[in-house]
Amino acid sequence: MADLAIAPPRSSVIADAFLRHRLSWSDALIWLVGIAVYFVASEYLQLATQTVIMIIFALSLDLAIGYGGIESLGHAVFFGTGAYAAGSYALYVSSEPISGLVAGGLAAAVLGILSGLLILRVRGLTQVILTLAIATMLLQVATTAKSITGGDDGLTGYRIAPILGQFEFDLYGHTAYIYGLVILAVVFLFCRVLVNSPFGLTVRGIRDNPLRMRLLGVPVTARLLTLYTISAALAGVAGALSAQVTGLIGTDSLSFLLSGNVLIMLILGGIGRLSGAFLGATVFVVVSDRAAAIDPFNWLFVLGAMLILAVRFTPSGLTVVIDRLVARLSPGARRT
Amino acid sequence: MTELLRVEGLTAGYEDGTVVIEGISLSLGEGSTLALLGRNGVGKTTLLASIMGLTKIPDGRVTLQGRDITRRETHTRAFDGIGYVPQEREIFPSLTVEENLAVARARKGAWTLEAVYELFPRLAERRRNYGNQLSGGEQQMLAVGRALISNPVLLLLDEPFEGLAPVIVDQLAAAFDRIRNETGIATILVEHHAEIALSLAEQAIVLDRGQIVWAGDSATLLHDRAMLASLIGIDDAVAHEA
Repeated sequence: MADLAIAPPRSSVIADAFLRHRLSWSDALIWLVGIAVYFVASEYLQLATQTVIMIIFALSLDLAIGYGGIESLGHAVFFGTGAYAAGSYALYVSSEPISGLVAGGLAAAVLGILSGLLILRVRGLTQVILTLAIATMLLQVATTAKSITGGDDGLTGYRIAPILGQFEFDLYGHTAYIYGLVILAVVFLFCRVLVNSPFGLTVRGIRDNPLRMRLLGVPVTARLLTLYTISAALAGVAGALSAQVTGLIGTDSLSFLLSGNVLIMLILGGIGRLSGAFLGATVFVVVSDRAAAIDPFNWLFVLGAMLILAVRFTPSGLTVVIDRLVARLSPGARRT
Repeated sequence: MTELLRVEGLTAGYEDGTVVIEGISLSLGEGSTLALLGRNGVGKTTLLASIMGLTKIPDGRVTLQGRDITRRETHTRAFDGIGYVPQEREIFPSLTVEENLAVARARKGAWTLEAVYELFPRLAERRRNYGNQLSGGEQQMLAVGRALISNPVLLLLDEPFEGLAPVIVDQLAAAFDRIRNETGIATILVEHHAEIALSLAEQAIVLDRGQIVWAGDSATLLHDRAMLASLIGIDDAVAHEA
């Protein structure tokens, strides 16, 4: 009879997975653009920092939806929880920013476990409604618990200490941007490793066919709960980062609007590709900002039109269009 | 021969209350092969699904290596050593051949990636192709390989030859023959092609309307065309001779 120990991961599979998803020139380009923004568009650093935060948030949602097939319309609940946790941490425990991020991530992870136990029992529309219901309940709690969250006025008055005791947050957002960029790089590399790991393969298998994975001996609910918790933690980190760089947390950080926006970002960029989060969040934040600046009353029309056009002409996301263009230019290019 | 699987008075069906099989009892020894035959809709797949824990079992008991697994969850049964190759194959389209093989929660044993590639060289050639880029035959090889790589003690094969070209059927039959002769894996084979199933198995069971109507040596049934035709239907018997 076979040994009951689990066989070690097959190294060739993991190596192949990393090779197929290896860092490419397009990845390098993303980071070069990220660094270039700091030097050539310093007047837009606050907008760029918001973009970086939304990319992290979109990456977290991509893990849940794109890789695990977990439908969610309430992901802002983790973003908001992370934000309030980091704000409260700065207010009552320590103003040190890195541990504040960890606190935000942990608080969101705990909520991820608790809500995951409920929502992962079901799939499809029921799952969507449950995520929405949980987010709505938490929003109500945040609005009511004024002594903790500040209610509709928001949570303010906390101070964030210099990063590593050296880099003070400045009015122009230089430190905040670099800080956000570094956190994004760490989150991105973590996600990259995760989705290409044996764990990542199994959750992709679960997304394709959960029953089949069960037949292969995989504890499907436990794996999905792990993924959902990680996704929640990363959303919490994004929320914590937002709280730290803006110095204000409003109840809109838990809102359905934010949950919808981050989903639109993913749809725009491409779901289940990681790179889609970068492109989708950037396009969304920049177009929203410019449209609002040009026409403060009708800018949502521009967003709506952009989404309709994207879904109509690039249903798999803008990254797929770029991939096709690159493939056309270099026939040997492989799927990333 | 040591008993591997015992099914006692098994009644099973689905969540809506439908009962498909009733009072099924059978026993399977380690390393032996059982052919499960019958017309369409008599409960062959339901019996396999029940052994795998995919049905509602109001009555009866399933034991594997002496341990009662009747109420165990499906993924735990798989890790206990039951490999299941469903009729639909269910290859993961977004994973490569190698990744499809790697996602199984493997127990240590003789069946490694290399051993599967040695059994099905075609899979080695296609190891970097995605699941949705494979032919039907390649998908079936992958489905079997994926079940083997978890090093099962019992393999459940549901219509593994369905819809495949004769040359692929021959390759798969040869592979099953090797699995039977060279490893200690016991197999329950549900197959519409009765002659192939009977030639691969030592024992056979025929189901009708959810109950066992015949059980015995495969050879007996294989050589008695009249009995075979009466048990599984005239059309099927003609099809086998064709």
